Amino acid sequence: MDLTWMAWTWQTATFFAVIAFLLLGMMLWEYVAPGGGARVGILRFETTRGDRLFISLLMSAYIHLGWLAFSDASLWGATIASLAFAAAVFRWV
Amino acid sequence: MAQVKQDAARNRGILLRDSGPAQAAAGASDRAAGTRARRRRGREGGGFWWIVPTLYIVFLMLPIYWLINMSFKTTNEILGGFSLWPQNFTIESYVEIFTNPVWYNGYVSSITYVLINTVISVTVALPAAYAFSRYRFLGDKHLFFWLLTNRMAPPAIFALPFYQLYSAIGLFDTPWAVALAHCLFNIPLAVWILEGFMSGVPKEIDETAYIDGYSWPRFFVKIFMPLIASGIGVTAFFCFMFSWVELLLAKTLTAVDAKPIAAVMTRTASTSGYELGLLAAAGVLTIVPGAVVIWFVRNYIAKGFALGRV
Amino acid sequence: MTKTWNNKAWFMVLPVLLLVAFNAVIPLMTVVNYSVQETFGNNLFFFEGVRWYEEVLASSRFHAALGRQFLFTFIILAIEIPLGVAVALAMPRSGPWVSVCLVFMALPLLVPWNVVGAMWNIFALPDIGLLGRSINALGIDYNFTQQPLSAWFTVVLMDVWHWTSLVVLLAYAGLRSIPDAYYQAAKIDGASRLAVFRYIQLPKMSRVLTIAVLLRFIDSFMIYTEPFVLTGGGPGNATTFLSIDLVKAALGEFNLGIAAAMSIIYFLMTLLVCWVFYTAMTNYYDGER
Repeated sequence: MDLTWMAWTWQTATFFAVIAFLLLGMMLWEYVAPGGGARVGILRFETTRGDRLFISLLMSAYIHLGWLAFSDASLWGATIASLAFAAAVFRWV
Repeated sequence: MAQVKQDAARNRGILLRDSGPAQAAAGASDRAAGTRARRRRGREGGGFWWIVPTLYIVFLMLPIYWLINMSFKTTNEILGGFSLWPQNFTIESYVEIFTNPVWYNGYVSSITYVLINTVISVTVALPAAYAFSRYRFLGDKHLFFWLLTNRMAPPAIFALPFYQLYSAIGLFDTPWAVALAHCLFNIPLAVWILEGFMSGVPKEIDETAYIDGYSWPRFFVKIFMPLIASGIGVTAFFCFMFSWVELLLAKTLTAVDAKPIAAVMTRTASTSGYELGLLAAAGVLTIVPGAVVIWFVRNYIAKGFALGRV
Repeated sequence: MTKTWNNKAWFMVLPVLLLVAFNAVIPLMTVVNYSVQETFGNNLFFFEGVRWYEEVLASSRFHAALGRQFLFTFIILAIEIPLGVAVALAMPRSGPWVSVCLVFMALPLLVPWNVVGAMWNIFALPDIGLLGRSINALGIDYNFTQQPLSAWFTVVLMDVWHWTSLVVLLAYAGLRSIPDAYYQAAKIDGASRLAVFRYIQLPKMSRVLTIAVLLRFIDSFMIYTEPFVLTGGGPGNATTFLSIDLVKAALGEFNLGIAAAMSIIYFLMTLLVCWVFYTAMTNYYDGER
């Protein structure tokens, strides 16, 4: 099938591959340690690993957008901030 | 489920009067409850509680009346002046629609893709909703949420890639393209509603059936589906409704052969001048299928809107 | 109901998953791809990085459309939710009129969206429409094709006409699930009408009302067809909401990159709102069990 209309670039392909690997990793993690690590964190409702990953991903999208809107510095700063945020989410939420 | 039946019975309370003593008693007590309710409201609302829904319905009917009014006028009369009802009553616009293949083919293709979509959505949603209502499995909650986000994704975002996607697989300008594209929001909705109805059926029924030696498919078709028949009806109604009213994707995915009626309308409005009478008549005719469908599910509407789980 | 853990249930979900993924994931990936490239047609693309995102975030046009969008959503929620609840409360709880009321109220929901726009167009035209003519007869200068305020009024009124019934039907379904015994108990206690509403009816409706707010928020946030047919986004840009702006950029100006970047930002916003509502709803629901 012809896929040129999807206009792939290696950058976006990498991006989606990373997401796919994250999902795969979550499945493996679940296989190794079932139950999802459910607990009630600082948001005061029960979250599992999947929830924490989702929060991290969604928030890193917002962090990147915010960085683009309010700062001229390199976007890698936003990426580092997102990673830190994700670590915090996995630790405390 | 039992609740649904009760509601239906309540709505038909009068019909049920001679169908058995127990039901008659139930009907009578429902009627008594109704009278009580009316008395209660009557006292507290000063006897005028019915004014609010009446005014609201009048407000809803006014634009529809205006559309019907316009559809029976000639274009000259519409543009010539203002009148509350047609002065030169004419059915010319309707005759034009029923004799011109461009117009009636629009209706045929709209109904075709809506029906295909309803059948696909309900069929694939049934087992999925069963899975969500009966089992826990890896990633179930996230899957459910992801499904719902698609119900909530703005179609405008998908318009252009959809055009490319369906052109690439060679379905562009067929009813199948629109029917499949509408699955994007109708399947999640169907799963959501059906799951609500299925959760109302006690699990003991499943277990008893398995003990009796039913296989899962046989149990599902013979026992389970009749139990949630009203839920399936409501779901089909919702799928019909959202597929019928959506236009952005339907217009994007069709060109000539499978053009939906609503798109024929927009084209007519722009190419052949401003034929308001014709436009109004076509509009009236697009409301008719909806009205017919509502009439069939009227006793389940309220329950259906609560997605089966109040 | 306790659910059994069974991963084979995945097979039942698979057809749904495949169909929805086909329709959701492939187009979404394509939009992401578009959003980082410049195109001149003919499937020729040039990588632009995050340039479109920067432009969109800095563009006053996007900010204006976003502002209008939030204002519109806020206004219609503030009207439709209380109005819908009020009508539902005034509905008879049973009797022959219920079905009649419900059928009439559900009717606007089944009108194709562009017909809603066309219908309100001819209903509100200042010279030949019933609404426009009546307002002008009252001595108010009203012309929705010329004045932004009139256009807003018409679009809001149209949305109220179109969607309040959804709130009514949801709230009514919630009300009907209250057993008569509750009302009788309230009567014996001599509870006021307000107390009955506050302590019996509102709690019973809270779940369906959450659904109503969620659905109305989401649907009004992605409104496109009705205002497009009614006003075409005008006069000027007065009623150009997010989706209209998006389609203008993508199809009108064929600026795919900008439109795609806008789509992604738009999508992220709906995603966040959905997640907040969904989490609130499921946790409330689980707490109830």
